[in-house]
Amino acid sequence: MDILYFAWVRERIGTDHEKVDPPGNVRDLRGLIGWLAARSAGHESALSDTSRLRAAIDQQFAELDAPLAGAREVAIFPPVTGG
Amino acid sequence: MIHVRLQAEVFDVGAELARLDALGGGGVASFTGIVRGDDGLTELLLEHHPGMTLAMMQALAEEAAQRWNLLGVVVIHRHGALAPGAPIVFVATAAKHRGAALEACASLIDRLKTQAPFWKRETLADGGQRWVEPRASDDEAAARWLRDGG
Repeated sequence: MDILYFAWVRERIGTDHEKVDPPGNVRDLRGLIGWLAARSAGHESALSDTSRLRAAIDQQFAELDAPLAGAREVAIFPPVTGG
Repeated sequence: MIHVRLQAEVFDVGAELARLDALGGGGVASFTGIVRGDDGLTELLLEHHPGMTLAMMQALAEEAAQRWNLLGVVVIHRHGALAPGAPIVFVATAAKHRGAALEACASLIDRLKTQAPFWKRETLADGGQRWVEPRASDDEAAARWLRDGG
């Protein structure tokens, strides 16, 4: 599974993408974020407060309780600020 | 005519408006967003999702074109490093009558702010950097268009 990070999430983790193979008990976005947070101090700093995070599965915005089922790409980022 | 672009380069407002003027409608409305130099800002960096941002801009433009029966719509958003005074976003709409053109233009810019995946990082005169936080007023402005039947 490809994970993409943007904005301050990317800066704290120190990379804009990584390839991961989460275990079978990681079933939804919230579970994935919790599992990723344990990978490094930077991950923990970026991912521990999920109220500040938004996400997309295969390039569609998704709620944090959305199931991962078959997801190829997950993007994790702060709320968007365009325009 | 639906024309959507995501680019680093500056855009030519006159040329974009001329496309819409030529469509035979009775009204063309436009909005140009400019980088503000508040708080000693020296640079605004626009980050985007390479696969998702243009697709979302396209979807919003198509939705507006259908809802307001537009003759044409242009949406251009820049990415990368921008200086104060630089144009950052452009939305323009052409319709048979002014009401549809004005409403569609206002709706598009409100929804771009809250639904297109862009993130802004400000660099200030002392070299400090901060990511822009979303404002509740932006969410309310975008939600208004959904409540009103979008």
